[in-house]
Amino acid sequence: MLKFKIDKLNELFDTISAETPLAMPLEKAGEADYGRYEKGAKPALGVLKTVKSPKDLFFPQSETLMKFKTEGKNLAVEAPDENVTPFVLFGVKACDYKAFEVLDRVFLADPVDTYYQSKRNAATIVTLACSKPEESCFCKVFGIDAAAPLGDVTTWMDETYLYWQANTNKGESLTEKVRALAEEGGEDAVAKQQKATREIIDKLPFSHLDLSYFKENGTKEIFDRPEWKELSEACLACGTCTFVCPTCQCFDIREFRSAKNEVIRYRCWDSCMYSDFTQMAGGNNRTTQMQRYRQRFMHKLVYYPENNGGLFSCVGCGRCVNKCPQKLNIVKVAKALGGKKHD
Amino acid sequence: MNKTEEQIVKRAAELLDNKEVDKVIGWKKGEFCFDPSPAAFTSSDELKDFVYNDFCGANLSKYLVNECKSGGKIAVFLKPCDTYSFNELVKEHRVNKEKVKVIGVECHGKLDIEKIKSKGIAAVTGAEESGGKVAVTSLYGNAELDKNEVLLDKCLTCKGKKFAVADEIIVLNEMEETKNDRFSGVEALEKMSEEERFAFWKAELSKCIRCNACRNVCPACTCNKCVFDNNASGVATKAPADTFEEQMFHIIRAFHVAGRCTDCGECSRVCPQHIPLHLLNRKFIKDINRLYGEFQAGETDEGKNPLIEYRESDAEPSSAVNGEVRHA
Repeated sequence: MLKFKIDKLNELFDTISAETPLAMPLEKAGEADYGRYEKGAKPALGVLKTVKSPKDLFFPQSETLMKFKTEGKNLAVEAPDENVTPFVLFGVKACDYKAFEVLDRVFLADPVDTYYQSKRNAATIVTLACSKPEESCFCKVFGIDAAAPLGDVTTWMDETYLYWQANTNKGESLTEKVRALAEEGGEDAVAKQQKATREIIDKLPFSHLDLSYFKENGTKEIFDRPEWKELSEACLACGTCTFVCPTCQCFDIREFRSAKNEVIRYRCWDSCMYSDFTQMAGGNNRTTQMQRYRQRFMHKLVYYPENNGGLFSCVGCGRCVNKCPQKLNIVKVAKALGGKKHD
Repeated sequence: MNKTEEQIVKRAAELLDNKEVDKVIGWKKGEFCFDPSPAAFTSSDELKDFVYNDFCGANLSKYLVNECKSGGKIAVFLKPCDTYSFNELVKEHRVNKEKVKVIGVECHGKLDIEKIKSKGIAAVTGAEESGGKVAVTSLYGNAELDKNEVLLDKCLTCKGKKFAVADEIIVLNEMEETKNDRFSGVEALEKMSEEERFAFWKAELSKCIRCNACRNVCPACTCNKCVFDNNASGVATKAPADTFEEQMFHIIRAFHVAGRCTDCGECSRVCPQHIPLHLLNRKFIKDINRLYGEFQAGETDEGKNPLIEYRESDAEPSSAVNGEVRHA
């Protein structure tokens, strides 16, 4: 294990970013979100939860799929370059890392989404263990250990050091580039922090949320539960929960004319909370907010696991818990339907 | 249970049991004290989950737009600032006041859990206000904070203790008037150079994720179909394209609610990126006051707002741009 002095972190980031693009949580106008690190940027590694998850790096909120250009009677179709420059994604939390697995099963399944794949393959992912989880966290429910995230490199941070452990060949080769800035050691400090973090996680109010109801009951039964109406009543139909969610993966494809002879076809995140979500020529098969609300949670807790060997499409990051304007969330849904209270 | 909440629940139960109303709109307990959700209650049995505490910041008036579409009488609990939104919705024929019983409830400023957490307190398990202090309990230890530091932004410049409308009120403890100048934030922006102001808004608005929470919570935004959701409009968009978000969406929205915005502050409360959207609306309010005379949207449920009424004495657009004084 290696360790970097905290006051050398900017040097570490400068070293990495001198060679490859580096994406990490940065502070911008008071909020932390993943962005491209440049000299002088304000890293926000102390922030437990970025507003948006790092899924943006592989599945951007908006990206060009192709361009159509006309010249006289000729039509040219241009696809974006799939050769993405290798980059380092730094500071990913255990929950967000697990979310990549959820996304992979969608985007990398046949037929492979090459836009996602090219960015996914280009990334060396450095995770950062949590040391101060909060009440809205419930990653433990999904078998995630926030104190030992996976990734090409795993890091832990305390007041004095950033501890560094390479896990893969990609991680080893990144390590070689920064080894000169590091010292050896840190195993004891990491073990101590892990113990403390796990103790807190065990006490978090949602850590023992019971989701067995969603595995033990049929789709139809869950779908027909009368509670959906009451659960969804306060929903504003905004897209906050879906846009801050690390596993929400729905998108819309649209076009716009960017110049007289050019049309850009792009895709952008869509939200099942929106009234025109999956609208078809014949109209929309979900006409009420209750139906839209139900869709979101059925997808996370029932449909996705049914199609993916029982894996839930939620990683317990708690962003929706924090950010829903009216404080509706998946925990309230799970408890209302599952009927089992946490200890 | 606090005394005010007790009184509210008692009154709600009476109204439901006596069949004076079919539904009560209030707030429902969450998992903690700081995550209540707006909710409808149709029987007194359901009221065991009713809550009214320091975190009931949500303005319930907009829910009446949909609730009024179904039959039956509704009772709604509104804080003083929420009553202005109600009046404005009545004025715009979005809410039928014959169907609604407005019960004004006391408010001493609502707390912002995100501000509490931003003080470095994680794993919050409880927070209780008393005498200008907020005692916070967390898994990492307890803390005491100044109430003013953790109030919702909208409560820092409270419109006061007046209920613009109320069929009855429940006020057990006298509400204090805040003396904060609500235009101070706008004035600070006006003092900036154009470049500084542009940089400020560019940094703030480029955080926008186009979740539409500000629009959807806004009691002045009640179009059946927003132009930005209408695929036939040619301007519908779901992607946060830089120039659009920074220069168009929020500004168009602010223009659209100008003169109708009561300054309820819900837009800033719900923004997941903490963009101070209320400053855009307040700039319009300040300018309207200057150009057309003091006006508070939602003060009454009748009459015309300055921007939809024509008077010969109205300020000319050029004087608005040049910052000249309004006509008498």
